[in-house]
Amino acid sequence: MGFVAWWYAWTHALLYMSPYIYSAIGIAISIGVSVLGASWGIYITGSSLLGAAIKAPRITSKNLISVIFCEAVAIYGVIVAIILQTKLEATKQPFHPDSMRAGYSLFASGIIVGFANLLCGLCVGIIGSSCALSDAQNSTLFVKILVIEIFGSALGLFGVIVGIIMSSQATWPAAVVA
Amino acid sequence: MSMYGFEAMNFNVDAGYLEAIVRGYRSGLLTSADYNNLCQCETLDDIKMHLGATDYGPYLANEPSPLHTATIVEKCTQKLVDEYNHMLTQATEPLSTFLEYITYGHMIDNVVLIVTGTLHERDVHELLEKCHPLGLFDSIATLAVAQNMRELYRLVLVDTPLAPYFSECITSEDLDDMNIEIMRNTLYKAYLEDFYRFCQKLGGATSTIMCDLLAFEADRRAVNITINSIGTELTRDDRRKLYSKFGMLYPYGHEELAACDDFDAVRGAMEKYPPYQAIFSKLSFGESQMLDKAFYEEEVKRLTLSFEQQFHYAVFFAYMRLREQETRNLMWISECVAQNQKSRIHDGIVMTF
Repeated sequence: MGFVAWWYAWTHALLYMSPYIYSAIGIAISIGVSVLGASWGIYITGSSLLGAAIKAPRITSKNLISVIFCEAVAIYGVIVAIILQTKLEATKQPFHPDSMRAGYSLFASGIIVGFANLLCGLCVGIIGSSCALSDAQNSTLFVKILVIEIFGSALGLFGVIVGIIMSSQATWPAAVVA
Repeated sequence: MSMYGFEAMNFNVDAGYLEAIVRGYRSGLLTSADYNNLCQCETLDDIKMHLGATDYGPYLANEPSPLHTATIVEKCTQKLVDEYNHMLTQATEPLSTFLEYITYGHMIDNVVLIVTGTLHERDVHELLEKCHPLGLFDSIATLAVAQNMRELYRLVLVDTPLAPYFSECITSEDLDDMNIEIMRNTLYKAYLEDFYRFCQKLGGATSTIMCDLLAFEADRRAVNITINSIGTELTRDDRRKLYSKFGMLYPYGHEELAACDDFDAVRGAMEKYPPYQAIFSKLSFGESQMLDKAFYEEEVKRLTLSFEQQFHYAVFFAYMRLREQETRNLMWISECVAQNQKSRIHDGIVMTF
């Protein structure tokens, strides 16, 4: 198959994909990848926290906050997925340009939120792990590292804000009569 | 992923729990405040009382008075061995191999101890008690039957992890003090080179930090071999063969060390390397006795620094080494107290924190 035919096949497939599918994939990425980030962060923090708590049991309840920060990342994903889901509407072929735009914007919104939260979860998890280990050695370090962790968790919020603004672009054409 | 420097992402899957545990162990290392208290002690029972408040407490609690230095050292070593075994049973590959590498040095020392002891017709059981427990292996008691290197290898060591290190020192010569010492250094050289290659293969922060620590170890051994072989029948080429083929001194420093005839020549060769210049500048001319302590201090400094970084294996190595240094310190303090030599107590201890 020549390049032109290959190129045509792909552009054709992408152009004629239903906006509904684009939106649905966007929603799936928004929640799925966010949860991946959150769980990744929780295991990085959790495994260090478990080991460090053997010698210094006092750190456990304080350092649960690192786990909660990671958990919040998953919640961002859930919230955005619900917001995107309310904007989801069925369309029929041939697709109206507005429907196409709505599909693309929900898709992009999902990717923004999903990957922002994946990296945010990793970041918070790694700092949380360091936080647990440092707190076990020297309890005055806890608050200082917690501040870094808060800045880390703000990164995910940026993704959420941009994702919501992006999704507000989605305006489906009013009840097209086919 | 570790080879790309992304080990923070997946290091904790296998080793996060153990890394946290070893850092917990580290917090139990004696501090300078502890050492100051220990140096005030009048008897070994006072030492026991002070150690009772530290992690050593449960190990010394049931020891009856009067205590001996050997008992204190044995119990401290026992604690380290228990912790090591705990980590080894929890570890997965490649950490478990890494942990095993740490003990090979003790294995070499034990082999040399038994072979030398047998040569001087000492009782094997008495020798076995003196072996470091981390370097024991199943067939160690049969070492006494060997008459030369070839037998030593074929009958005993072929089943141990040390077997590959023997390739360079298999001869049919009868064992004597000189070639046992050469065997020790040849084995140790092969061991360090192998460990170095293994750490390079692990990649990431482990490779950076461990290669640095092992390079220091190799350089220190090169200097010690040089100083100990001055005035012996060892030729320059023989001496050069005992140096590990890595480290800051490799290869030009090795050429210079091989040609040294006295301590000041060693100093001249080493002062070209800034980290070692700092060590040698602490010593006055012609003084080699304090060199060991200066090297130990530098090593402890480097080992404690390895805890500053997270997600790497060097903390396990550093912890084991720091505890071993602590045991040496406690042995020195106990000996000084037992023999009423308290004025010399500060000469032999290297404080960690």
